[in-house]
Formats: sequence, structure tokens, C-alpha cells
Amino acid sequence: MLRDVDLSGYQKITGKNVPRESMVASGHRACQGCVEVLAMGMVTRAVGKDCIVCNATGCMEIITSSFPQTAWKTPWIHVAFENAGAVASGIEAALTAMTRKGKRKGPLPTVLAFAGDGATADIGLQALSGALERGHKFIYVCLDNEAYMNTGVQRSSSTPFGATTTTSPAGKKSIGQSTRKKNLPAICAAHDIPYVATCSPAYHLDLMNKVRKAMAVDGPAYLHIYSVCPTGWGCKPEIGISLAKLAVETNVFPLYEVIGGRYNITKKVAKPKPVLDYLKVQRRFRHLAESDVAGIQKQVDDSWAYLNALAAAFPAPKEKGGAKEEE
Amino acid sequence: MSDRAFVAWQKLALGCAILEPGSSAKLKTGDWKSLAPKLDEEKCIKCGKCFTYCPEFCYSEDKNGFFRADLSYCKGCGICANECPTEAISMGKEEK
Repeated sequence: MLRDVDLSGYQKITGKNVPRESMVASGHRACQGCVEVLAMGMVTRAVGKDCIVCNATGCMEIITSSFPQTAWKTPWIHVAFENAGAVASGIEAALTAMTRKGKRKGPLPTVLAFAGDGATADIGLQALSGALERGHKFIYVCLDNEAYMNTGVQRSSSTPFGATTTTSPAGKKSIGQSTRKKNLPAICAAHDIPYVATCSPAYHLDLMNKVRKAMAVDGPAYLHIYSVCPTGWGCKPEIGISLAKLAVETNVFPLYEVIGGRYNITKKVAKPKPVLDYLKVQRRFRHLAESDVAGIQKQVDDSWAYLNALAAAFPAPKEKGGAKEEE
Repeated sequence: MSDRAFVAWQKLALGCAILEPGSSAKLKTGDWKSLAPKLDEEKCIKCGKCFTYCPEFCYSEDKNGFFRADLSYCKGCGICANECPTEAISMGKEEK
């Protein structure tokens, strides 16, 4: 269903006024070259100090909160795998109630929920769905590293076709993960929420502006962030950002936003690179034969064509100035 | 456990809440690395990409506008050197 979304409170970030302070401190215990924590830092840079973070179990919870220390500079609560959506909506409802009863004053802080792909796509899906359906004003951020990385690379429903993990190992009779990646942004967009977007940390201004738009809308917003995991994917730690860029350039992970049901592809790739460029730098895809790669290329092309058809059928209104990435 | 332990139970806040924000900075993760970034100031154009893409958030701007890594936190992943548009950052052995 289409609806009009009020984005008048949107404060755009350009190359000149990029906020610098991340709410995640140095000294966190992430692996070398972890792009997931970088993406989370970028989100908190855009949101600023005034926020309450609700973090589902996962890599990001573990690495930022090794007791008795914490990497967080904002109020932070750890919740179970299942209920990041439920707890975030509880926080928002409590703040609203306290404001109504006069127990607190001023604007509401931003309520952020961080969860991994397992905590979003598999275990926490019903809590997320409930929170989106009730229409709480919060931002749900899914940091998608395409498997359960903190427990040792088990498959999730967000693992792409053909990837080897410890519970979908590739071998003589197995190609690795045999199902396709669950399309979570589409599931969230189907809840009729005002804002859904996919982001990549390689396009940092695009990511931060999407966070700002998510803050501006009245109601729930969902951000799906592609997070490279060198440990789980078997790539070199230094290529994290270039791999994230490659995923966009090959259309494996297209960047788009859905504003009230209207699609806007924020990064249009003129000449997409072959998907082989993306696959060959990762050890989790090294067992794939040429015919498998051709199959994956077809899957990628089909999803890209589908997305383009959606964007052509339901185009988002043109934004003034446009959030362009500064190269 | 004695009250002199790393975390003495007598000193815990209610609900084991952690009251000091950003206290993970007490752990210097810099000794994880085998290679450290080195900046060539002549090649540097002060674009700040190293700052933007550092997963340790250990880059900061000095008074001359150069972005410098705090090697006591740098884990040596090499993203800054890989993303630097002018190849001003190189990874090498840390100079003591």
C-alpha cells in the first residue's frame, strides 16, 4: 500500500558536516577488519548522543560488552536473540508514557535496535514483525553478515546460495547453502512501514543519510546493512570495504530505499561487474564450478530486474538536491 | 572472591550495570597487530577516508589536519592502507 511520508525533519549529511563521534569506543573486541562494527559506528555517528541502544545477542553484543567494561557511550541494553524488536518497542512505549504523565520532558531520544541477520531473519522475526505492525517509532538495524558468525559460522536464512558454512558444508554431494537468501527488506516493506532501506558501509554518506531519514519519519524504520565478515567469509581483512563496494557494483547487494511503498534505487550501477569478481575473493565460494557461478549470476540478474520493475512501477518522488555519494 | 579482585562483587552496581561509558578503551587492542599503518605526509591529501573506514575508530585529526592512527588500539587490519586514494598509508613493522 502506498502512503505519503513526511520527511520534513530530515537533516541531510554532506561531505562537509559529517558527524565524527562514534558512540562505540575504541578497545572493542571485534576481529581484525570487522566491517560490522564499522557499520554500527557509522549508524551511531549519524544518530548522535541522544539515543538508547537495544542490542540483540550476536557479534556486536559480545564484542562491545565484555564485563566489566563496555564500548558504548550511550545507554545500552542487551536482550536475547528473539526480542530486540519487542524490547525496543517497550522502551519507546515507556518513554512516550512518561512524557504523557509529565515525568520527563523534551524530545524523545532515538530508540535504536541492533541485531544480526540471525537475530532478524530467523530468531527475532516475529518480535520484529510485531513491533513494525504496532508502529512504534524506532529504528531497527539489521547488520547482515550472512551467517551466525559469533558462534562459529553456522548458516542462517540470510546466507546466500552456494556459500559454505559449518552447517552447510560444501562437498562432493553438497554445493554449500542450497537455498537462496531471504529478502528481509521486502518482508519489512510489506508491513507498510514508512521507511525501509539497504545500506553499505562502503558508501558512508548514503548510509548516514538513510539513518537520518529513518530518524525523520514518524513510525518504524528498518535498515539492512551489508557487513563484511573476514573471519566467516574467508577474505583478507584489508579488503572489507572494497568487497562491500564490489557487492554493490556487481548488483549482489543493491542499494535502495522504500519510502512509504515507493522505491528509490540510490546507487544505480551503469555497467555491473560480473558476479565472479565478487565470489572469487571469498573462501566460502571457492568450491563453486563455472556452471554454479553462471547460476548465481542469473539469480542476481533476476533479482535486479525485479527490483528495477518495482522501482519503475512505484517510483519515489525526487528528492531536492539528492543524496549523492562524494567520491 | 576478595574485594581486590578485577571485579569485586562488593563494588558491582545494582543489576550488574556498567556505569562508566566507553570503558573498553582501557584494553589496548594494539598488541593484536602484526603490521602497523605508516603515513607518508607528502602523499596525504587529508581526505579522511582512513578515519571514515577504520573499524577501530582509532583515527583522529591532528592540529595540522593529518589523520593519524592511535597505534595503541589499531589492530592492523589494513583497511586504511587499502582504501587510501593516494597510497599514502603503507603497512609495515611498527617502529618502537
